[in-house]
Amino acid sequence: MISSFFAPLITGVARSAAGFCLLATLALHALADDASLERRALALERELRCLVCQNQTLAESNAPLALDLRGQIREQLAAGKSEREITDYMVARYGDFVLYRPPLKSTTVLLWVGPFAFLLGGFYLLARVLRRRRIGAPQLSDADRSRAAKLLE
Amino acid sequence: MKKVGWTLGVFAALVLLLAIGLRLNPREVPSPLIGKAAPPFDLPLLQQPDKRFNEKQMLGRVWILNVWASWCPPCLVEHPVVTRVARAGLAPVIGLNYKDAREEALPWLERNGNPYQLIVYDRDGRIGIDYGVYGVPETYVIDRQGVIRYKHIGPLTAEVVQQKVEPLVKELTGR
Repeated sequence: MISSFFAPLITGVARSAAGFCLLATLALHALADDASLERRALALERELRCLVCQNQTLAESNAPLALDLRGQIREQLAAGKSEREITDYMVARYGDFVLYRPPLKSTTVLLWVGPFAFLLGGFYLLARVLRRRRIGAPQLSDADRSRAAKLLE
Repeated sequence: MKKVGWTLGVFAALVLLLAIGLRLNPREVPSPLIGKAAPPFDLPLLQQPDKRFNEKQMLGRVWILNVWASWCPPCLVEHPVVTRVARAGLAPVIGLNYKDAREEALPWLERNGNPYQLIVYDRDGRIGIDYGVYGVPETYVIDRQGVIRYKHIGPLTAEVVQQKVEPLVKELTGR
């Protein structure tokens, strides 16, 4: 009698508990999804330039366009697009300049090789100067040496 | 003497390089859209929200797309130039009102005059992103086949119109 009286209540509680658990796991799942999405979005934003402020990444910039593009990144990641597809999307609209790490192409060779060329050139000049300085130091022949020794005696 | 000449030469080359670098405008990022089809849009008109317009309606004509907003001071600066281009009747000038509010854009037009054949309303800037807009105002010349032939970033000036826009439009229209 008692049990039958409480039965609906118990099943109700059990059911709502189960429902709560299900909801909680779903929410956790969504949160985990959100977190990984957020991580991926942030990683992408650090690779992309804000064209308004130019020397900031999308992640750092608060320009209205940067906010829009950040929204685009999140939207497209949530829609299942890959990082590659999203960078391609950005490059198609804003060019290679939007990439913080520009690709190595015929137009960007100087950009990539230039600093190293300057460094090598610097080393070459340094080596030349150092060598000349060593050569410039007075060099004594054996005859000079013996003459000096004689004078000192 | 030879060494001095060398040093001077290197120095002069460096100065030249830096001088060229200083003269370049870092804001002018070459657009990858030149030579590509104008990105499609289908947007409501600014003045008649119930009507829509898409870029295909301009196929067969050379036209100029001018991106502007009432919140953008350089747009006001270039406004007389845009007006002159439109009045000259060289090509139809279509406005793209970018991330603006109707209640601000309409009075702006009333104050400063409306040179546009029509204006599409890109409230959230989505079409702006497709056109690679990053600094309003921006101006595009689009040919009969719907291909972007030229893009100018920043306010349109009389020189730019004279040296770039006018000759290009004339060439494209075959006038």
